[in-house]
Amino acid sequence: MKKELRSPVSQRPFNAENINKTGIGAEVSIELNGKKLRVPLGRSILDICRDNNIHIPTLCYHEDLCIAGNCRMCLVEVEGMKNLQTACSYPVTSPVKIKTFSNKVRKARKHIVDLMLSEHYGECYSCVRNNNCELQRLAREYGIDSYEFGHVCEPRFEVDDSSHAVVRDMDKCILCRRCVRTCIDLQEVGVLEAVNRGYDTKISTFMDTPLNDVICINCGQCINRCPTAALHANDPSDQIWKAIEDPSKHVILQTAPSPRASIGEEFGLPPGNSMTGQLNTAARMIGFDRVFDTNFSADLTIMEEGTELLGRLKKAIVDKDKSVMLPQFTSCSPGWVKFIEHFYPEKLDYLSTAKSPQQMFGAVLKTFYAEESGIDPADIVTVALMPCAAKKFECNRPEMNSSGFKDVDYGLTTREMAKMIREAGLVLPELPKSSFDDPFGEASGAGLIFGSTGGVMEAALRTVYELVTGRPVPFKDLNIEACRGMKGIKEASVKLENCIEEFSFLEGTDLKFIVAHGTANAKVVMDMLIKGELEGYHFVEIMACPGGCIGGGGQPIPTSESIRKLRAKAIYEEDGASAVRKSHENPKIKYIYEKYFTDGPCGKISHKLLHTKYTKRGKFIN
Amino acid sequence: MNKLFERKNRTGPVLFSEYEKGSAVKKALLTDRDDILLEIRESGLRGRGGAGFPVSVKWMLTAAANSPQKFVICNADEGEPGTFKDRVLLSEYPELVLEGMIIAGYTVGARKGIIYLRAEYSYIKDFLQSKIEEMRSDGNLGKNICGRKDFDFDISIRLGSGAYVCGEETALIESLEGHRGEPRNRPPFPVNTGYLGFPTVVNNVETLASVPHIINKGGEWYHKFGTGKSSGSKLFSVSGDCRYPGVYELQWGITIKELLDLCGAENTKAVQIGGASGICIPESEFSRQISFEDASTGGSVMVFNKNRKMIDVLQNFMEFFTEESCGQCTPCRIGNVKLLEGVNMIRNNEYSLEYIEKLKELGETMKIASKCGLGQTSPNPFISILNNFKDEIFGMN
Repeated sequence: MKKELRSPVSQRPFNAENINKTGIGAEVSIELNGKKLRVPLGRSILDICRDNNIHIPTLCYHEDLCIAGNCRMCLVEVEGMKNLQTACSYPVTSPVKIKTFSNKVRKARKHIVDLMLSEHYGECYSCVRNNNCELQRLAREYGIDSYEFGHVCEPRFEVDDSSHAVVRDMDKCILCRRCVRTCIDLQEVGVLEAVNRGYDTKISTFMDTPLNDVICINCGQCINRCPTAALHANDPSDQIWKAIEDPSKHVILQTAPSPRASIGEEFGLPPGNSMTGQLNTAARMIGFDRVFDTNFSADLTIMEEGTELLGRLKKAIVDKDKSVMLPQFTSCSPGWVKFIEHFYPEKLDYLSTAKSPQQMFGAVLKTFYAEESGIDPADIVTVALMPCAAKKFECNRPEMNSSGFKDVDYGLTTREMAKMIREAGLVLPELPKSSFDDPFGEASGAGLIFGSTGGVMEAALRTVYELVTGRPVPFKDLNIEACRGMKGIKEASVKLENCIEEFSFLEGTDLKFIVAHGTANAKVVMDMLIKGELEGYHFVEIMACPGGCIGGGGQPIPTSESIRKLRAKAIYEEDGASAVRKSHENPKIKYIYEKYFTDGPCGKISHKLLHTKYTKRGKFIN
Repeated sequence: MNKLFERKNRTGPVLFSEYEKGSAVKKALLTDRDDILLEIRESGLRGRGGAGFPVSVKWMLTAAANSPQKFVICNADEGEPGTFKDRVLLSEYPELVLEGMIIAGYTVGARKGIIYLRAEYSYIKDFLQSKIEEMRSDGNLGKNICGRKDFDFDISIRLGSGAYVCGEETALIESLEGHRGEPRNRPPFPVNTGYLGFPTVVNNVETLASVPHIINKGGEWYHKFGTGKSSGSKLFSVSGDCRYPGVYELQWGITIKELLDLCGAENTKAVQIGGASGICIPESEFSRQISFEDASTGGSVMVFNKNRKMIDVLQNFMEFFTEESCGQCTPCRIGNVKLLEGVNMIRNNEYSLEYIEKLKELGETMKIASKCGLGQTSPNPFISILNNFKDEIFGMN
């Protein structure tokens, strides 16, 4: 499954392995700001400096992306070289002397900040990234107190807010091209690219088409990696405040598992601190009438998706139905769903028809919950706190109105929720903890781990295995380690033995599954499917964002693999501590199938409310 | 035959001297690769595109690289303003260029050569192609060249799309690979990681055309021309205010004065050496030598007489760079615009000398902070014209 990098050679990380092969030796002596050091051969100056606690300013560099070396912020002086060198791209292969803050270096860096500011339109205090902007930070670092080379005073571009998810404000763009590398290399979508030359260079969609009309999957990964506010999410918080302040509206917040694992970062906490209880309190103090746990509908998703999978297996094995598509692909990541609709429209039948937890919850709230609590669904406003930009698009899909209303009114990102909390004058970490509201306040640990890559698979296996065999999954503490971790594509299998009678057709089957995250990896899996290499596999989990939802496009900025790992750890710890850890054992799930979805998972009622259909979009836009 | 491709009556010590078609390839293929490298080293041949990197070092590094595939690229993206000598070589002496490529390929172990022809020279393409066919049918190109069972080499032609920056070797390679023509980070250098990631020699047309003569007559012979540090001859594209503009083959070390006399320039105020990205030399310095160690050039010599306004010249150059910067790195993309703004301020008499000094400092930063040669040299005219023609420019209003 080796993936060939498609980025220009120049932008690929320098391959130190190749140098090692030459046998020169694995280490080299250098002098860094006068200090003698031995460093691994081929390591970049930037990495060496970071190893040694020397701060090098960067802008176009992002640890998730390949090297670009185009902002020139990280310039350092390498003795013997006429020009300054970019620390990010310069591999140390000889005993060099490096100066990281000489007069020459400082002057050049200041000039570069000055130049960037000269074409950066806008003022910091009217910017969504105020206090979390890398350009602002550099301006402070280099003591910028005036616009040395002028400053643009008029906007030059129109803001593109056509997309429900991502807003492009190119007046704030400094052309670091992180978004381009994110879109082309990390996600392999390729919506954004630099066009024109020289001073006219800008980042553009194909022929400057509005973002809503191109093949953007709304994953928002570009937002997470934009150093300024040139890319930001389409913020619905004003409308939400309005709904909250309208006494006739019953405003419900459902919160996904990932925001609670990361929202603390917005309040200065290190990554990996779960804020579940505090977040509930904050939401109530803000004025949400009910706070429900999306994990509940994640459990519901597992019931539906798991049953769908067993149905497909039965049709394929017992009925020998050739029209059944296997493996079944998960459908809870709206970025991934739009990706497959654009890139593999002919493969949509492989996708589970189950809606994502967000949309299932919306449909349940405006039907079952409205009936039970006697509230007119027209007065219910459902808000989904999600780690996701694509959820904003998903809730606006025209087919997502099976309740007769817009099932989910607003998708709110973690960052926007944090903003609302700040606006309300609350300091999240200092708030008391409280639980979710009934009737959807109980959820399993299985629903919780949806937030991390592999979580849906693990949750589904916990349920499917037990439904089929009558026994819990044969892993220590129910932790299916093969599903966990940040490897791009994971695969494993579980043998189904001593099945209960209903599922005797599965006796001895090796249930084979694949977990992939990031659409670049999804592409690898899909290409395997096309080549017929997924023959014999049963279930595939795909998340559009690297790391899964915890690395979603609505999550706090910055992001990196280490941050994503810490967020995932928080989620798995909370799962481990949960009383109920399997979706089918969630008492509220049992309750809703007894009371409302009376013909069971994948029955008629559930099909109407909890399942959906997809659109063959293709790659060509009219 | 088309008149454009007829050889004019040209004379010169090396390139325009007598040459028997095919002779150098035959000789080279009977020579050990290492001996060719030694011969090239002895000749002291340096890259003729402008940077002057020693050819033997480039070839040695590529020859030493361990790789299943290597490439030789002929940089025929002659885009420096005022340079047109490669056009003469390609249309009048194509066999020198093609044979130079074959010898380079043989020496470094490449089997494929690519000519990257600038879009404006597309009219030469068919002619070059016919020369390539001719060499193939003569057995000098293709499989088993000159009967050597272990050496295949073929040449293809690719057209550029008109970007100045694609003359920079890594941008040229990006362009060949189908990407935006933008320079790469160096290191890694093309000799290690070039076209498609394979070791690649990128040489200027004139560099490659010199090789057959060196092979035939020896490195020592070649080294006798020039100044020692700048050995051999150089083609100069002379344009501007002179009676006999055109391409001259002269030895390195000729003074500007001598060159001006040759081309019939009178009443000369300034000479721009090395194209837009070169330096502007005032009359007081006309005794300077044209060589790598003094006034270096890739071939362009532009003559300005006393009727020219230097601020016009400068504005022209800065407008060129503003447009031709690839837009990738900050100092070049925005810096050139700031310098051009400065020129316009001077024109409109809306400047302070303090700000102009600040811009010169910015220019110094651009020289050391830009990603490629374009941004590293584009402040040259700004700094040298403002310094050398102070009185004219700042006293003009």
